[in-house]
Amino acid sequence: MFLAYHLQVVNLLAALLLLISFAMLSQRRITGLVTLFAWQGAALSLSTAIVAWSTGQHHLYYSAALTFILKVLAMPWYFYRLVKKLNVDRDVEPMINIPTTMLIGIALVIFAFNLALPISQMSGTVTRSTLGIAMASVLLAFLMMITRSKAIPQVIGFLAMENGLFFAATSASYGMPLVVEMGVALDVLVGVFVLGIFFFQIRETFDSLDLKHMEKLKEK
Amino acid sequence: MNTGILLQIAQTLLAILLAPLLMGWVNQCRAWLQGRSAPPLIQPYRTLKKLFHKEAVIAHNASPLFRFAPYMIFACMALAAGLVPTLVNDLPFSPAADAIALVGVFALARVFLALAAMDIGTSFGTLGARREMLVSFLAEPALLMVFFTASLISHSTELPTIVETLAHKEFVIYPSMAFAAVAFWMVSTAENARIPVDNPTTHLELTMIHEAMILEYSARHLALIEWAVALKLFTYSALGIALFVPWGIAPHGDFAALPLAVLALLVKMILGGATLSFLEAISAKVRLFRAPEFLGTAFLLGVLGMLIHFLLEV
Repeated sequence: MFLAYHLQVVNLLAALLLLISFAMLSQRRITGLVTLFAWQGAALSLSTAIVAWSTGQHHLYYSAALTFILKVLAMPWYFYRLVKKLNVDRDVEPMINIPTTMLIGIALVIFAFNLALPISQMSGTVTRSTLGIAMASVLLAFLMMITRSKAIPQVIGFLAMENGLFFAATSASYGMPLVVEMGVALDVLVGVFVLGIFFFQIRETFDSLDLKHMEKLKEK
Repeated sequence: MNTGILLQIAQTLLAILLAPLLMGWVNQCRAWLQGRSAPPLIQPYRTLKKLFHKEAVIAHNASPLFRFAPYMIFACMALAAGLVPTLVNDLPFSPAADAIALVGVFALARVFLALAAMDIGTSFGTLGARREMLVSFLAEPALLMVFFTASLISHSTELPTIVETLAHKEFVIYPSMAFAAVAFWMVSTAENARIPVDNPTTHLELTMIHEAMILEYSARHLALIEWAVALKLFTYSALGIALFVPWGIAPHGDFAALPLAVLALLVKMILGGATLSFLEAISAKVRLFRAPEFLGTAFLLGVLGMLIHFLLEV
């Protein structure tokens, strides 16, 4: 029943990933959200590196390094700059209040754990038990995107979802082929830059980053 | 058996005597972090000595309960300090109460404090008592969840068994305990009236929770309550050590490990006190109506810890 120590560390990092997902759900400030996102990236990259080391899958080292550079250094730096430039770091009340969001989050976690149980039994990897956590963090990131009305938290939610998917790939099948991973990383990077330009456009048009205003858009 | 009882008495006395020192250390660290010149380490002892020498002033309409409550609160905290494995595991006293009963002992002290606060009938006392009840009825289930997570791992709610499983068996990383640790920190700030739920040094009656309840006390009664507060902080720290960093607590009947246990306890308490004051320094006090959210989060983290246990550790 006792796993090898490095796998225990992977399990611990998986739990931290989920913990950070919950912290993101309850975070009101955007800079706090960016910091948490960076930490999530760090946990993800470390766990990927440990899986790579323990299974001898060398391509996972590259994806761990890619994750570290993109999600721990580049994107948080870009987001901090954006927040500073747009001057949007205020307490934002989400659409559903935070305790309710957390309760929905717990229900999602139970759902994800139950859903992942049969899948992880079929998988042959050593890290299969963390699949449930990966799915739970995907669903929690989804929830964050739904409950936030501002643009930047939604994009961070999207990126956190990508983190969860990446973790799911690592835990269920030792990651995707390197080409696919590079492609996804590039897509995400380009997406973030495009969305960054969008933020400025949205603010110029509506004087706010609240996406509720976009519901009123109609062709005349 | 006799040595066991002696050790038990020694451990409880040590907790009672060292508790103000921990308080002094936390206050000192806090002062440093806030850029003030720190009070001396033994300041809490001096305050206690001063208070014990003063003449007690009691309101005319105070009932006997008001006089009795400080003794009761102090006795509850001393009992709790005796139950938690601090230096030696599995002392003769510990089978008397498991983790759930320990929560009950804390609750008993709290009920007496709240009743005494309402006894005089001043508005601040009643206000403090109500707020304390609001905070504690949310903190208690979260604390129980933390204990349940530890109990699921060790298959027992007895604290000695939990410590033995975590410290003296093969070393295993339990991811669920990471959640439980965060939840425990949140609960213990609320229970010990620290920032972010309550500010122990506040002079503003409208924001007080714990301080509002003891406004009417003076002299020896106040000294006992202050001492009990320090003892509660010490007991919670010992509890946190026993649950999350139990390495170093001497196993049952192993006298050779005793000096090491004392050393380990000192180091952990010094580090723990510094961490507590650091976390207090970087966080702001939340509005009272945000406190339920804070404690709700603690409860959810406790539940998550249990779920993680079933997913990863069974």
